[in-house]
Amino acid sequence: MSATAHPETAPELSESGRWRRYAVAAGFLAPAAIMLGVWVVYPTVYTAWRSLYDREGDDFIGLDNYKTIFTTDILVTAVKNNALWVLVVPAFVTAVGLIFGVLTEKISWAVAFKTAVFMPMAISLFAAGVIWRIMDQKEPERGTVNAMIGVVADYVNPPGALPTAFPATPGLTGSESEGYTLRRPVPTGGTALLPLTGIPPEDVPAGATQAVQPERQVGAVTGVVWRDFKPGGGTIGKVETQELGLPGVTVELLDSSGEQVGSTTSADDGTFAFEDLEAGTYRAKIGTQTFQKPFDGVPWLGPSLITPAAMIAYIWVWAGFSMVVIAAGLAAIPRDTLEAARTDGASEWQVFRRVTVPLLAPVLSVVFITMLINVLKVFDIILSVAPGSVQDDANVIALAMWRTSFGGVNDFGLGSAIAVFLFVLVIPILALNVRRFRREV
Amino acid sequence: MAVAAEELRGRPEVVVEESVARKIGRAAARAPLHLALLFIGLLWLLPTFALFMTSLMTPQDYNSFGWWRLLSEPSLATWNNYSNLWRDSDIPDALVTTLLITIGGTILPIVIAALAGYAFAWLEFPGRDWLFILVIALLVVPLQMALIPVFKLYNTLGLFDTILGLVLYHTAFALPFAIFLLRNFFMGIPKDVFESARIDGASEARIFLRLVLPLGLPAIASLAIFQFLWVWNDLLVALTFGRETQPITVAIFNNVRQFGNNIELIAPASFISLAIPLAVFLAFQRYFTQGLLAGSVK
Repeated sequence: MSATAHPETAPELSESGRWRRYAVAAGFLAPAAIMLGVWVVYPTVYTAWRSLYDREGDDFIGLDNYKTIFTTDILVTAVKNNALWVLVVPAFVTAVGLIFGVLTEKISWAVAFKTAVFMPMAISLFAAGVIWRIMDQKEPERGTVNAMIGVVADYVNPPGALPTAFPATPGLTGSESEGYTLRRPVPTGGTALLPLTGIPPEDVPAGATQAVQPERQVGAVTGVVWRDFKPGGGTIGKVETQELGLPGVTVELLDSSGEQVGSTTSADDGTFAFEDLEAGTYRAKIGTQTFQKPFDGVPWLGPSLITPAAMIAYIWVWAGFSMVVIAAGLAAIPRDTLEAARTDGASEWQVFRRVTVPLLAPVLSVVFITMLINVLKVFDIILSVAPGSVQDDANVIALAMWRTSFGGVNDFGLGSAIAVFLFVLVIPILALNVRRFRREV
Repeated sequence: MAVAAEELRGRPEVVVEESVARKIGRAAARAPLHLALLFIGLLWLLPTFALFMTSLMTPQDYNSFGWWRLLSEPSLATWNNYSNLWRDSDIPDALVTTLLITIGGTILPIVIAALAGYAFAWLEFPGRDWLFILVIALLVVPLQMALIPVFKLYNTLGLFDTILGLVLYHTAFALPFAIFLLRNFFMGIPKDVFESARIDGASEARIFLRLVLPLGLPAIASLAIFQFLWVWNDLLVALTFGRETQPITVAIFNNVRQFGNNIELIAPASFISLAIPLAVFLAFQRYFTQGLLAGSVK
């Protein structure tokens, strides 16, 4: 840092006085210059140069390392994932911050709300990943997120009476998702026997009693749904003692053209009846809702959802940053401007769209750009949120760089190339920043 | 809704002449907003609470049911995980290491940046603006760019796996932002302050110590909190340049491979690792927010 390279004229000072002042300035700058030179500038140049050499650093291989980035599966995944991060997360964080900022503007307990949302900012991204790994466990009994989704899912789609059951005889055809239909048509006055099996004792619906052979009834189709399993054996397709009726099963009756003409649920002894039917033949069917499985959890930590899961954790951390910066921007908007718009008859939504957002644009772009830079360098949260087996699926550029260089592969050539690639992605943002700062200088 | 009504009554914007009925009507109209925000606020607190509750569970319990069971059966909660953590020396050692790295990595960059920030703000030398632009440009150099060369450098210099090595790396990468922030803050100090001191014959060193540092305290405080949190929460740098020198994030990282089995260590250690920065943050929230705004909205 040669502070004395271009001596400028400072008329009021003598030559020696000026040099003395430059020397003092150099003294103040020296520690920073050394630190930045040795730890930032020199390494940046070295890494760029090193990226053109092979793993050992002996052979110059041109751009081969860069080619490798785009031809190796896990590195391509990293680039794709990072692209997804860039597309989704900055926009989402900015939007969430804007919504929270606007909503809290007029409530008296805004400080408490902001503290709650801002708090994760103090937590390391690594610990945040640990937290969400716990939250995202698959089983609804253990994972908080799936437990919450499960409450809603089981309300919308109540689990069926017999999620594991299947037909005991080939006489019932179909599938869990279509329901099972009795192959043999039943005439009015006939009976339909619907044997099911594959029901563990603890899953037998409460209140089930001994199954009963249905009685024939004129002008009706009667039948029974039962657990066709007798300890120690028995005859398949036959109602026997110790075999339980299955209550709560949805039975549908179809006419000869396959049109549904009735639906009922079985009684405690498994029996059901469709009465007052026109003479003819019908088919009995066990409805799909009977086999509806209870919500068994979204595999957040599985290979296909691990990136969204990590993004949710990341947004949880950064929403507070966005909210606080945007709230400060909102507070700086002159009240009069908003009032004037309202007086002119603008609705709250119009005020928001036409006045607030345009005035906030500089602040929104600051948040967006900051998040863009952060997201390009996302690293720690992946290491903790993603189980080892799916880390390849969750790979991002910064993580790929570290794993390639230090995580066992130890290829400094390729690692350098990935670092440079990351740097190149950041440069356009750097240009934006420099422009912004220069205006302030 | 009663709470919402209470809240609203305290608001200065409510017109005094409004009838009670209208007030209640307005409060009722705002109730969904309050409820929604209450829900979101609780939702944001939930994950941290979940970690704390999990840290009180045995691994067997963790692998068979969710932490909310502890709410209905408090007897399942145990502090054993925490007492075991203290008995085993890894985590306490890691906490001491973290603290040393964090203190060094906070004080050193602030001192160096304050020196440079003062020079950029108030000392004259050729190329000042261009050098400052260069410093700003360095703001965006990703940490990753320097890992490999510094790794080699540290092996040569014997700085690998030392607290000093980690402190210096954090210092260097903290400097661009710190210099930028402090230079801008120092420029806001009236010129007369320095000139009258110079006329009185004070040296630049004396001016720096007696005037710049005390006057710059608000900015320095913001920066210190930022840097404290940043270094405390670092994983990447420590993972690269440390083996035995393990801060808490790395100590936890080494157990993450067997998440379910090691949860008795991971959960309480994670909670401790976040409790300290959280306390710092809550105690100095004001400075933190100021620093954030100075850094991004200026």
